[in-house]
Parts: sequence; structure tokens; C-alpha cells
Amino acid sequence: MINSSLRKLSAALAARKISATELATLFLDRIEKLNPGLNAYITLDRAKTLAQAQAADASGKVGAQDTPLAGIPLAHKDIFCTKGWRTSCGSRMLENFVAPYDAHVVEKLAAAGMVTLGKLNMDEFAMGSSNESSYFGPVKNPWDTARVPGGSSGGSAAAIAARLAPVATGTDTGGSIRQPAALCGLTGLKPTYGVVSRYGMIAFASSLDQAGPMAKSAEDCALLLNAMAGFDPRDSTSLERPAEDYARDLEQPLAGLRIGLPKEFFGAGMDADVRAVVDAALAEYRRLGATTVEVSLPNSGLSVPAYYVIAPAEASSNLSRFDGVRYGYRAPEYGDLNDMYSKSRAQGFGAEVKRRILIGTYVLSHGYYDAYYLKAQKIRRLIAADFQRAFENCDVIMGPTSPSVAFAFGAKSADPVQMYLSDIYTISTNLAGLPGMSLPCGFGAHDMPVGLQIIGSWFGEAKMLQAAHQYQKVTDWHTRMPENLK
Amino acid sequence: MSLTPEDVSRIALLSRIELSPAEREATREQLNGILGFIEQLQAVDTAGIEPMAHAVDVVQRLRPDVVTETDRRAEFQAVAPETEAGLYLVPKVIE
Amino acid sequence: MSQWEVVIGLETHAQLQTKSKIFSGSSIAFGAEPNLQANAVDIALPGVLPVLNREAVVCAIKFGLAIGASIAPRSVFARKNYFYPDLPKGYQISQFEIPVVQGGGLAIRVPQGDFLRGVGEQEKFVHLTRAHLEEDAGKSLHEDFHGRTGIDLNRAGTPLLEIVTEPDMRSSAEAVAYARALHALVQWIGICDGNMQEGSFRCDANVSVRPFGQKEFGTRREIKNLNSFRFMQQAIDYEVHWQINEIEEGRAIRQATVLFDPDTGETRAMRSKEDAHDYRYFPDPDLLPLEIDAAWIAEVKAGMPELPQAMQARFQADYGLSAYDAAIVTASRGMADYFVTAVAAAGTANAKTIANWIMGELAARLNRNDTSIEDSPIGATQLAGLVMRIADNTISNNIAKKVFEALWNGEGQSADEIIEKQGLKQITDTGAIDSIIAEVLAANPKSVEEYRAGKEKAFNALVGQAMKATKGKANPQQVNELLKKKLGG
Repeated sequence: MINSSLRKLSAALAARKISATELATLFLDRIEKLNPGLNAYITLDRAKTLAQAQAADASGKVGAQDTPLAGIPLAHKDIFCTKGWRTSCGSRMLENFVAPYDAHVVEKLAAAGMVTLGKLNMDEFAMGSSNESSYFGPVKNPWDTARVPGGSSGGSAAAIAARLAPVATGTDTGGSIRQPAALCGLTGLKPTYGVVSRYGMIAFASSLDQAGPMAKSAEDCALLLNAMAGFDPRDSTSLERPAEDYARDLEQPLAGLRIGLPKEFFGAGMDADVRAVVDAALAEYRRLGATTVEVSLPNSGLSVPAYYVIAPAEASSNLSRFDGVRYGYRAPEYGDLNDMYSKSRAQGFGAEVKRRILIGTYVLSHGYYDAYYLKAQKIRRLIAADFQRAFENCDVIMGPTSPSVAFAFGAKSADPVQMYLSDIYTISTNLAGLPGMSLPCGFGAHDMPVGLQIIGSWFGEAKMLQAAHQYQKVTDWHTRMPENLK
Repeated sequence: MSLTPEDVSRIALLSRIELSPAEREATREQLNGILGFIEQLQAVDTAGIEPMAHAVDVVQRLRPDVVTETDRRAEFQAVAPETEAGLYLVPKVIE
Repeated sequence: MSQWEVVIGLETHAQLQTKSKIFSGSSIAFGAEPNLQANAVDIALPGVLPVLNREAVVCAIKFGLAIGASIAPRSVFARKNYFYPDLPKGYQISQFEIPVVQGGGLAIRVPQGDFLRGVGEQEKFVHLTRAHLEEDAGKSLHEDFHGRTGIDLNRAGTPLLEIVTEPDMRSSAEAVAYARALHALVQWIGICDGNMQEGSFRCDANVSVRPFGQKEFGTRREIKNLNSFRFMQQAIDYEVHWQINEIEEGRAIRQATVLFDPDTGETRAMRSKEDAHDYRYFPDPDLLPLEIDAAWIAEVKAGMPELPQAMQARFQADYGLSAYDAAIVTASRGMADYFVTAVAAAGTANAKTIANWIMGELAARLNRNDTSIEDSPIGATQLAGLVMRIADNTISNNIAKKVFEALWNGEGQSADEIIEKQGLKQITDTGAIDSIIAEVLAANPKSVEEYRAGKEKAFNALVGQAMKATKGKANPQQVNELLKKKLGG
């Protein structure tokens, strides 16, 4: 059961081979046993989970055509507001914050009949690539607990990799779904900006943030995305488009698919072990009938510095609401109003969050706005235009998700810039608003998983999922799990 | 461009984040490292390029003028650090 | 003193008359208990997002059309970042680089001279820089909560139009005249209720002085939150004197934000604004560009009321009102509505008489009772009924004043009812008047003699007696004629 796909779980539930309550219990028991060693979940509430499962069993949704995911458990990244459950965003600032409302994504998945197992650890306010910035301690990579799971959706990735949840939600501002998916041997997808509502998802960088599914396979991602996506009038950036079945093209063969390989993604910077595995995956794609063509994204090298202007700028403003007045952490001792603000925020936020707020404040401040913020926004347009040109010659773009396999704890924490470069291949899609995904394509150094990144054109999710699914039909990387957790 | 200790103090004040003197110096070094990295943007010619503020090129949707919210004060204030008589309390503000 | 030229620009925050807030579905009704109308978006819970209220944009378009401004086809919402407890997000959503309304202006009439030398008016045009949409902040309540400040966020998110003038005004009188004209206009077009006590219409005045002839502006100080026209006048006058005095004493003016204290009549610098601000404006990534196309503008225009200036021209051309009278009866939406309703009921031939009654008897009475025309005990159709009875000679002007008084006091529903009930109908029967005159002549032989001896005054006394005998109801003109005839011409 713990290794089953969503379709298999759905069929088992529909056939009454197992109830939602039994399924939830199975995962809760496993979580109880294995989570202490991984720290993937930071909030669990067995009673609530079982109540939801019992409600699903009683609802008539299980086995119904329009609710194929009913009765299936999942877990939410702790960035999504969940009514009645603590929503901490990985921060001391919200250590005791119980949201009085559900995020749109949480609402939608509950309406689909899915059962919440708990809330997943993450880098504080989604700022990090290793999950070391969480106030609740780092998440361990199930493949090697001395290594990071990636970030910021590291809890989501570790939970699925250890089979502590069949699927999970994640969010991706610069690679936060794809990079941990790659480092933990999973499939994860960041949709086109605006496809999934941001309502109730605690904002990091509003113009880049996008929620998406994390799962073992592309097929599971497609099914979960079907339930997550959709217009929401409460988010001005949510797009009003006709509903899509993201699984519609999964079984279409890949003959004639044109895969663009950006030469900038295959230069120096990628570790040799990662390169070998990615090259092998591309060879597999050619065997499946796809053709590869070299494309160029000449400004992609600027994506990390542009991102580290835009994202902190937006974050510095988005995180101003955490002031200790209406909710969240307030310092126990303070003098006047400004002292209360400054102490509450100094104590409530961790080092990386503070660093980014300070950088963001600086690049927006008087006299520097044009040189930094406006400049970065112009470069953002150049980066988006690069993709537009590239997609004239290909259907999808492929390359590595991360330049290396999962690194050891502490390896990059001393130098922020080194950490930022972990996202060198993923950030440009967020800047351009494009969909991107990562799927497991083999193992590199230290027998750690390697991810293949697929970048689609705007609203190209179905095509990317088709490409990933066809590959997963002829490979078994996505079914592997760490030996010691079996 | 390199931040002085005064710059760091100014940014920290604007951000309402208290920094101890020791933190200030460490922060200054880290921020300078990041700013040095960002500096490469300056070399790019962006003349005539329109800044891109949003990931998608769409326009603002408008909401009908309808009152949809009801009173949820008790629920909202249950998570507040300090309230009285329905008000959020803060240290005395002097105008 | 006369060597100094005063330069004033005004920034006005007009709360827009929508039902819900600018970025959330909370009510904006005034007077609710603290924080009952402060919902998830207004208190800035993590994860919530703003969505723009269409009606707030309609209000901005109306205003732009009313002042002849250009309405930006594409405008942008920006975040103005600062920490303050009544600002839950830590930023205010406003418009910065590209506001929705650009340019335009307002013609104002500025009182000239003083009451001793006679009052006149001068017309002046005040240019507007811009008007932009933004959200209001909450309120800080400073009364004692154990030495702490209480925060009420009911007002947070109320839609505002911030209307900014060029530094065109040269005296407190001009500033007040502009503020009054703007106040009337926003109510006229129905975008703001103009209630200054409740803070629906608040002005900040940027004041500086410079020697006459100097091109550069002096350093300005901004007087915040002027919520009455009287305070505006007092605050600016005090500030101007203070600035001139400072300069003459050799001290430079430093840019500052100041508050006016009505109790002392003085302005003082605000402490909370002391630390230098750096608002770090940038386009709000949660809101997309606002687009307003020509079709939408045309639709809004079609639904707008006739503007005061167009109405004035029409009243002059069609009703023969003077420019001054036309301006007075269109000084406010309430006044104009009253006038238009009364004219519709009494006929256009009576328009001038109606205007005279509104500006004369009615204005005086309203003023004395501190009542607005909207709350006038005498409605527009009642006044029309009164004027019609004057026109058809049912009552004289003098009796009409009695009827007006009776209407004001609620002694009857209509002029007709009062005339009937109180028997005020003018006596026009020649026979009846004749016999009354005969009695008067018989009773006043002395006056008759004096008149015959050439004393014109005596004639008036006899008319007076005749009128008195009819309790004023006789037609004075008829009495005149018949009396003359009786006395033998």
C-alpha cells in the first residue's frame, strides 16, 4: 500500500479493499515510527486525521467519478494555512499560529475528499535550499540522513521518499519543489504562474511563488494537480482558464517530441556524476522517439543574481506583517513600540530570513531602487524572452534540476551565495512564470538520486507530464525507495 | 558597492530588526558578499527594456462591490498577543 | 508681512462611498464596534490577498471626468512600506508612479475684501496634479489602556481617493475656497459623503512662504488631518505667521509634518514622523495593472449627473438667472436638487422667484437653525406651491412670508392648506375693498385732509390702514388704485 500509486489506492478504496480510515492509520503508524529520524512532519494530530478519514468513508465520495482522490491521505507543506492546525511556515514567528482559515489549495483537496496526515517541515518562510533554516530543525534526507533533503519543500520530499505520505503539496519560488524532488528521488511539478491559487499560502515572493504537487510519479502529479488547480477569485493573479485534465496526454507516445537542451545548462558547474545520469536519460528519450536540439538561454546566468534582488525585495515587504501586533511572536520584553517591533522580529525570524529582509530592504531603498530592483526586473524580461525564443524550436526544455546530488549538512550553510547557486537551473522558470518539473533519472555520487528537469512552455503542464510519464513507463527510478525504510 | 556599518544600521532600522553590535558586523560581511554577487547585473545593457513586475501579462480583475465578510473578531483575536475591549494593544504610540 | 508670498498645496483624502472595502469584502459602515469590520485581508493574516473593488475605480473615473483630467488607460498599484500599528501589512497599497487620474483642475470663487468694505468674489483655477486610489489605515486610540494604545482596524482598507493639487493657492482663503469646492464636488458626483466629523474628507496642507518675486519655493511644512474648514483657515494662518517669524528671526524652516491643535490654535511637529522615512515604493506583485478602456469611461460618463458648471450655464440661459444666482443654487448637490425639483413643480417661469426664495428666506432660516437644505422642514415642492400662489396673486409677498413661517413650523402640509385654513387669501373683490376704503376714509378724516393738502405721506398711511383692516390680505396694488380713485385722483 505505501508504495501504491494514486490510481491503485483509489481503486483499492473504491473496491472497499481498504477504508480511508485504515489507510490513514497505516500511514500514521509509519509516521510515528519513522518521522523522529527524519523530522519531515512538524505537526501531527491523529484525532483530526482520523476524523477526516472517517468523514471520507462516510461521504460517498470514495469511488465516485468526480472525486477520484477521495479517501487518499496527503500532507501539506506548512506554508499552507489550515484551519484548526498550526501553520508555522517553519518559523518561530508562527510557532503558535493556528490559522483561522484554509488555503484555497487545502480547501480544494479537502473538497476532493483527501485526508490530511499533518503539516510538513520546510525552510523558514520557504527561504532555503537545504531545509537547514527551519526553526524546527532540519529534515533528513531518507536516502542518507547525513545529507540534506533539499529545500524549501524538504519535509514534503522526505515524507514521500520515506513513504510517510503518498503525495504532498509543495511550493516553488526558485526551485523549492523541483530541487528537493531531485535530491530525494521524486517527481514534483511547479505549474505556470497563476494556475494554482496563492490564497492562504504564506507569501515569500508573490510574483514568483507557485504551489504544486509532489509525488512519486508524473501520473500522481497530474492527478494531484487536477485537484489543486483552478480559478480563485480571492487571488488577483489566479488565472481564469477552462479546467484542464492534466492527465489527458499521459499515454500519448513521444515520437516527434522536440527536446531543447540549453547549452548554458550543460556547461561548467554541473557535477560529472549528475551529467552522466542526465545524459543517459536524454538517450532514453531519443530511444522513445524524441529528438534533441540545442537551444540557447543566453541570460540564464543572470537568473540567480536577478532572483536575489527580486525575491528578497518582495519578501522584505511581504514579511512586514509579522510585527507581533495581531498574531505571531511578540518579544517578552521590550521598551517602546519600535523596540517591540525590532525585538519581536529579531527573535521571531531566523538568520536567513533576516538576511533576505535586509537585502530586500536595501535594494528597494531610496537611491538604489533603479540600480537594483528595476534593473533586475528588466533582466527578468530578458530571461523570459530567451525562453520564448527557445520554445520556437522545441516543445519542452530538459536539463539537470540541481548541479549536484544532495550535499551534507553544513556544507553550504556558511556561504549564502554558494547555497543560492543550488537553484541555478530552476530559478529562471520562476522568473519567466513557466512550468517546470523534476523527475528521478538515476543515481549519482554516494548513490544519491539525480533529477531530470523538464521545463514547459506557458501552460505546457500536460505536455511535460506526458514526457515524464512516458519515460517512467520504461524506467523504474521513480519506484525506488531507500532500502532501510522498506 | 560595499555597505558601511551605518548602512547596515539604517537598513536594520527600516526593517525593524534589532542587531547586536556583533551581529551587525557579521551581517555586514554577509550582505556585502550577496551584494557583490548581485553586482554582476550592472554590467548588462538593459536600455529600452520594459521592467517585468509580474510573471504573467494579464490585467487586474475587479471584484463586485459586495459585502461578503461577517464578524469573526473573536476567532481572529484568539491568536493575538494582547487585546482588550476588542482592540489590539501596543506600547503607547506618540504622534 | 506683505513682502512674503504664501504658497499652499492641498492633499485631500476622500473616502469613497462604496459598500465594501477597496481590497476586501468587509463593510465600510462607520461606527461599528472596534475590529468587527476588520477581516482576514484587513488584519493582514498570513496568506490573504487583495482583490480590487470595481466600484472604487468607478468613483475615480467619475472624479477624473468631473475635473477634466485624463484617466490613465493603465495604472499601477504600489506598496508604500512603513511600520505603524494601524497599518497591518506593514505597507499601504497606493498608487505611486502611474496614478489613475492625472491633471485636471477646479474653478473656485474666492471671497475678496472684508465685511466692512464690502464682499466680492474672484474666480481662480486650481490645477490638480493627480488623484490616486489607495487604502485607508486603521485608527490608534490613545485613551488609557494601562498606558497602551489600542488599535481598531475597522477603517483599514476603506477606499480613498487622494487628490493632490499643484501649489496654486496663495492664501488660507483660497485654500478653504478650494477645499469647499472640492467638498461640494465629491458629494455632487456621489463618490464621497463629505462627512468631515467622521473623517470622510480630510485635508493635509503643504504650506511654505517665499519673498514676492522669488521663483523657488520655500521649504514646506505639511499640516496633517485638517477636518474642518475653520481649522484649515486657522492652522494655515498660524503656520504662515510662524514660518515668517522664523525666517525673519534668522532661523531656517525645516521640512516637517505638523499637527494643528484646535485648543491652542497652534501647529506642532509630529514626533512619530521624526525618523527619516524611506517608503521603498514598488509595484505590488499581488495586484496586476489596472486597465480602463474608453468604453468603460463612456459608460461611467453616461451615468453621471450634470456637473455644476454645465448646470449653471443652463440656468443662466434657460431661466435667466444671473451668474451669481446660478452659482449659489448649484453650490451643493442638495441645493441644486432642491432648486431643480422646485422649478419642475412650479414651472420655469417661476425659476427666478424660486432662486430668490432659496437664497433669501430659506437660506437665512436654514442658517439660523444650522440645518442643511437636505433636512429643510420646507420641501422643494412646498416652496414651489408657495411661489405659485404669489405668481397667481392668491397671496402677496408679505403674506407669503407668513405662509413660509407657517410651513416651517409645520402648521400645514402645503401653502394652499395654510392659506385656506388661516384665511390668508388675498382680497381682490373690488366691492369689498371699496367698502373697506370707505370705512377707512370715514375713520381718518385728518389723513384725508393732509393728503388733499399735498402730503403724499398721508396717502401711505391710508393704504396702511386699509391693509391693516384686511389683515394684509387685500391686494396692495388694488388698494392703491381704488384709494386714489376715491380721493379723486
